[in-house]
Amino acid sequence: MDLSVFQIIWFVLWGVLWAVYFMLDGFVLGTGFLSGLLAKTDTEKRVLINTVGPVWDGNEVWLITAGGATFAAFPTTYALMFSNLYSALLLLLFAMIVRGVSFEFRSKLDSPAWRGGWDMAIIVSSFLPALLFGVAFGNIFKGIPMKNDFATLNFSYDGTLIGLLNPYGLLTGVLFVLLFAVHGSLYAAIKTTGELSTRAAGLANRLWLPLLAVAVAFLGYTYPATRLYDNFLKAPVLLIIPIIAVVSLLLVKVFAAKGALHNSFLFSCLTIVFVVFTGVTGLFPNLIPSNIDPASNLTIFNSSSSLLTLQIMTVVALIFVPTVIAYKIWVYRIFRARISGEDVIGNPEAY
Amino acid sequence: MNVVTLSQLQFAATGMFHWIFVPLTLGLSIMTAWMETKYVTTGDETWLRMTKFWGKLFLINFALGVVTGITMEFQFGMNWSEYSRYVGDIFGAPLAIEATLAFFLESVFIGVWIFGWKKISRKAHMISIWLAAGATNVSALIILLANAWMQKPVGYVLRNNRAEMNDFLAVLTNPYGWIKFTHTLLSGYALAAFVVMGVSAWHLLRKNESAFFKRSFRLAAVWGFVASIGVAVTGDFHAVEIARTQPSKFAAMESQWETKRGVGMNLLLLPDVARECNSIEQLCVPNALSFLAFKDPNAEIKGLKEFPKELRPPVTATFISFRLMVGLGTFMILASLAGIILSRRQNFEEQRWFLKLMAIAIPAPYLAEQFGWLVAELGRQPWIVYGVLKTADAVSKSISTTQVALSLLGFTVLYGLLGAIDIFLLVKHAKKGPDKDLSAIINVQGYLVTPDAPQTDKDMAGIINVQGRA
Ligand code: HDD
Ligand code: HEM
Ligand code: HEM
Repeated sequence: MDLSVFQIIWFVLWGVLWAVYFMLDGFVLGTGFLSGLLAKTDTEKRVLINTVGPVWDGNEVWLITAGGATFAAFPTTYALMFSNLYSALLLLLFAMIVRGVSFEFRSKLDSPAWRGGWDMAIIVSSFLPALLFGVAFGNIFKGIPMKNDFATLNFSYDGTLIGLLNPYGLLTGVLFVLLFAVHGSLYAAIKTTGELSTRAAGLANRLWLPLLAVAVAFLGYTYPATRLYDNFLKAPVLLIIPIIAVVSLLLVKVFAAKGALHNSFLFSCLTIVFVVFTGVTGLFPNLIPSNIDPASNLTIFNSSSSLLTLQIMTVVALIFVPTVIAYKIWVYRIFRARISGEDVIGNPEAY
Repeated sequence: MNVVTLSQLQFAATGMFHWIFVPLTLGLSIMTAWMETKYVTTGDETWLRMTKFWGKLFLINFALGVVTGITMEFQFGMNWSEYSRYVGDIFGAPLAIEATLAFFLESVFIGVWIFGWKKISRKAHMISIWLAAGATNVSALIILLANAWMQKPVGYVLRNNRAEMNDFLAVLTNPYGWIKFTHTLLSGYALAAFVVMGVSAWHLLRKNESAFFKRSFRLAAVWGFVASIGVAVTGDFHAVEIARTQPSKFAAMESQWETKRGVGMNLLLLPDVARECNSIEQLCVPNALSFLAFKDPNAEIKGLKEFPKELRPPVTATFISFRLMVGLGTFMILASLAGIILSRRQNFEEQRWFLKLMAIAIPAPYLAEQFGWLVAELGRQPWIVYGVLKTADAVSKSISTTQVALSLLGFTVLYGLLGAIDIFLLVKHAKKGPDKDLSAIINVQGYLVTPDAPQTDKDMAGIINVQGRA
């Protein structure tokens, strides 16, 4: 098989890694920034944190893997994406750092001020990544102001942090926030008991309509703002991907309204995955387009690793990604029970 | 300051901060797994209490190791994009492999271990700590192979304006990397042993939980001694390898200016960089350096003057860091040996001077760890990939001085804060000691005492109640 086959394999894997990451961390971020709304008492807050306790770090590793895979398979894209978006990524990084320690530290001391401080930290450090990821992907869909000459290795970028906050970027940011909000409240609803669970289900139901509105606006605005639809127009069979996304989003509400929350959560997983697939399919074969010069687009062809490296990485991925998925499913099964107040009170192991 | 210097400072600061937490994770995770195995095989509850107490310390430390690691991964692209583009074909693969192979395992099974006490059988629980601990060690191997490639590049060709991999096996079997791995891993084990010994000594001085802490101390003293010897032996391998592959670093480590045969080792030495000589040279052991480096008392050692000034690493810092690391290593061997001997005695708790020494010696291995990285990384300068790419050419082009200055400031503040909080929690937990009330553990983990732990939630609840009250 020649180089381009492996470049395409890694493009697909790249999309899958991001999709799975957003599906899994989406509900952690969502329950995180909604924790102030959902939980009324200290015990309820602890219950919420403990619903994600065993899994949040494992979910975050999908991000590390997505980053690592970009580095290994498309080093030029990794290099230019991370350095061009320096300030935005830094904010993201700080938020991820604070979020991780907040879970870990919050319940280690019994003082209300200590816990209150970490509760605030969890809300902010969960909201910021949700928004920033959306803004970043919006700008990637749209293209960023870079000029790249791959022959002479002259790379330049003249964007700013504020420049990323353009209407389309912000709209995508809001879309991500709402997607994760619905996703997170559904997760909270199926993982907790009593009033907390009811409250979370109610919130998911109420947030659904704003989500739908923003999703429609996003799909519409994507047409003038990006070139994502080009691929779909060229090969209409691909339209199945956004159609699945839309149908899933509708089913989220159908099931949530009936109280079939597990099904509703399942479809919100599918919604997130297929929203990401829609964007990524539209990008192909670009990883990051330039919005000032098409020849400067970072594509899978001009930014990839050598054939040997891609082959090695493919073997590694084929062996280990299924293994990871297998033991992760096992772990989700172990921790499938709902969590209640009694589980955390007096339990020295809980967060 | 320019973007290069600021980025170097930021990489060094964030890396060294990551490295405050990593070695304890490497060592204490394995030690905790060992304790839990002892508990599962003997059923002796002191081992369970040890697992819990030292395991909790491990977890508080682990949290910061995890969050500071993400910074490391991002920074290659953010600050060193020319580097990432130039060597990504080789260097990216280990980072991706590390995540899929090791980070998933460790993060998932740490979760199982923390939250799984009541959910899985005690064998499965023990296996999950072994998987998590093993994965931290595997992750160390992979990242160190990557780092070693920067020290001694192998298995590559320069093609298409970059370094491309042409021999993956050579990258995986790079001897430099395997030496680095054994040296670093053993140093982490030694560090964890000194932490356990130090905390135990602190409690023994206060006659607190003597049986518990004597047992912990004895275990750690043996670990500490074996590991410290291993650290010294692998350190010697390291030096031999460096003398062959990175002569400019070796000359800086030893502050050797002239190229000579049969070089001796001065026990007292102070470099004078401006005059390109040493201002103090005393207590020379004849031919020792030639022998240590090449196992031949008459071997030739290249001096710093062999290299143009701009290709020399910072001599004084490299030299002093190396001497301090070796000095601290020697101290650790002696201290842990004394620990083995004294802790077998009946009157161990009366050895107050020794216990005090061990309690205040906790920072020693930490300092040695930091000096070790300073030797490795400063000694490699001005190269980022030795002999292939200069650090100054590796930096990102699209970032500004202001951006990096602000991010460095941000990291300093954030890391300073988190570090202080984490150390506060560690000290607080270490001082509190293990849970006094054994029945509390049995109450919660009642089922752990039964040989065949039931698998379903319902059954377990029943047993916990019954045994909890018993
Ligand atoms: C010799 C060992 C070693 C070295 C040199 C490094 N690390 Fe590290 N790293 C670990 C050993 C380790 C570890 C012991 O495996 C940690 C500490 C706590 C943990 O979860 O894993 C870890 C955590 C950790 C994480 C978080 C994993 C998670 O979320 O579970 C990342 C992303 C990195 N590291 C990345 C890096 C990078 C890019 C490095 C190089 C510049 C680096 N580390 C140096
Ligand atoms: C975690 C432990 C580590 C510490 C404490 C550490 C320390 C340092 C220090 C002090 C520098 C600065 C050198 C200077 O300022 O001139 C540096 C540079 C660097 N190190 Fe490490 N290092 C660590 C791990 C690694 C690893 C594992 C890698 C590779 C995977 C690595 C890659 C680099 C790079 C890319 C630089 C670039 C900047 C430079 O050369 O100054 N480091 N490191
Ligand atoms: C006892 C004698 C010791 C010797 C001869 C020795 C030797 C060395 C050498 C030559 C290096 C440089 C490797 C390079 O440039 O790539 C090194 C690095 C290092 N040392 Fe030591 N060392 C000793 C003790 C210690 C101790 C006690 C610790 C910590 C507890 C330690 C931790 C490290 C670390 C973390 C590194 C950086 C990683 C690496 O390059 O392996 N060393 N050591």
